[in-house]
Amino acid sequence: MRKSWWKILGLVMVASAIVAGLLGPVPVLPILHETIRNVYFHVPMWFTMITLYLVSVIYSIKYLSSGKTSHDLVAVEAVNTGIVFCAMGLLTGMLWANITWGEPWPNDPQLNGSAIATLMYLAYLVLRNALEEEQKRAKISAVYNIFAFPVMVVLLYILPKMTDSLHPGSGGNGTFRDLDMNSQMRPIFYTSVMGWILIGVWIFTLRYRLRILENRKNQLD
Amino acid sequence: MNTLQQIKTLVYKDIVLEWRSKYAINGILLYVVSTVFVCYQAFKSVDTFVWNALFWIILLFASINAISRSFVQESPHRQLYYHTLVSPRAVILSKIIYNSLVMLVLSIIAYAVYAVTFKQPIGDPLLFTCAVLLGSISFASVFTMISGISAKAGNNSTLMAVLGFPVIIPLLIVLIKLSNNALTGLDRGISSGELVVLLAINVITITISLLLFPYLWRD
Repeated sequence: MRKSWWKILGLVMVASAIVAGLLGPVPVLPILHETIRNVYFHVPMWFTMITLYLVSVIYSIKYLSSGKTSHDLVAVEAVNTGIVFCAMGLLTGMLWANITWGEPWPNDPQLNGSAIATLMYLAYLVLRNALEEEQKRAKISAVYNIFAFPVMVVLLYILPKMTDSLHPGSGGNGTFRDLDMNSQMRPIFYTSVMGWILIGVWIFTLRYRLRILENRKNQLD
Repeated sequence: MNTLQQIKTLVYKDIVLEWRSKYAINGILLYVVSTVFVCYQAFKSVDTFVWNALFWIILLFASINAISRSFVQESPHRQLYYHTLVSPRAVILSKIIYNSLVMLVLSIIAYAVYAVTFKQPIGDPLLFTCAVLLGSISFASVFTMISGISAKAGNNSTLMAVLGFPVIIPLLIVLIKLSNNALTGLDRGISSGELVVLLAINVITITISLLLFPYLWRD
């Protein structure tokens, strides 16, 4: 119980964000209308993804300096979980774009950037499959992970800010914070972000522990 | 020998090796020229936007082909020999410098052939030269490290493309925009943001390559 308080907290936060997000009051907005509720579900996915990728790159650096297999397992499982959240972020975003911008995949730098970033992490997984030897695989994929991370940050957070984008907060658009979100929405939004990050980390630790168990079993055989 | 001298010697060695065989560089040059001709036959005449995009795509594929062999052409035994002589940072820096030079020669020749076949006036030649120069260095710095990684992973060309493309795309987007500004002759103040981003990405990739290559090299 003492160790699992944050898992329960994450569950409660996500559950309350879902209930309050679907039933709670939202401001009357042009174009967006009630779809503004999607901000509770679409944006937290990206926050969770970037948290997991950050964990992955930190553990890749740790692996290079320590050479422990467990650090490599943390890095790969964080990427595996992060890709799932990225896919959910793209899906919720496409639903939202279909309603507000008229098509599921408008030519938007943020959208294309996140798709390319996904390719980068899929390439990381392909690279891992291409290598047989465990030590070598861990080392080389850690090098690629660290090499690709700053480029991903540029792709997702700097380039869209420079060009015209449909997304809020880029290309001279105002952010959600000062445009559409009022004080009723903000607490629900932050609860949802925190909740999803906690859930994401929970899923990733479960996968990591499973991998550790598998490894141990393989060693005994 | 200090690092600077090591780098100089290694770059010199690469150039001499290339000059003796001339096989690889001639192959790549023919590759570029024939790609330009294929594009010329296919398009006949193009507008500025397509001209620009085609130019960078030709350079992208030429650079992948040119740089992918930078760590394979030398046998593992010779690499081991270098390991005893020089520091890994000197190796990666010399490779980046050598590949930048190759890319420069390539892009100048590509541009010459391209400009002869597709006539296209350039609004701001200095800025365009700047874009090509920065582009050569960017391709070299990113692909050198990627080719090091894929060489360790059995070096198949698919892996090189799969690993390299996502990393190069942000650079390519900025480069295409910058050279488009140069072609249409927009005011230089507009392009300053792109220049800063390009320089920043280059500095970051070269720094990270320097930090990571020692781990990659040591087996």
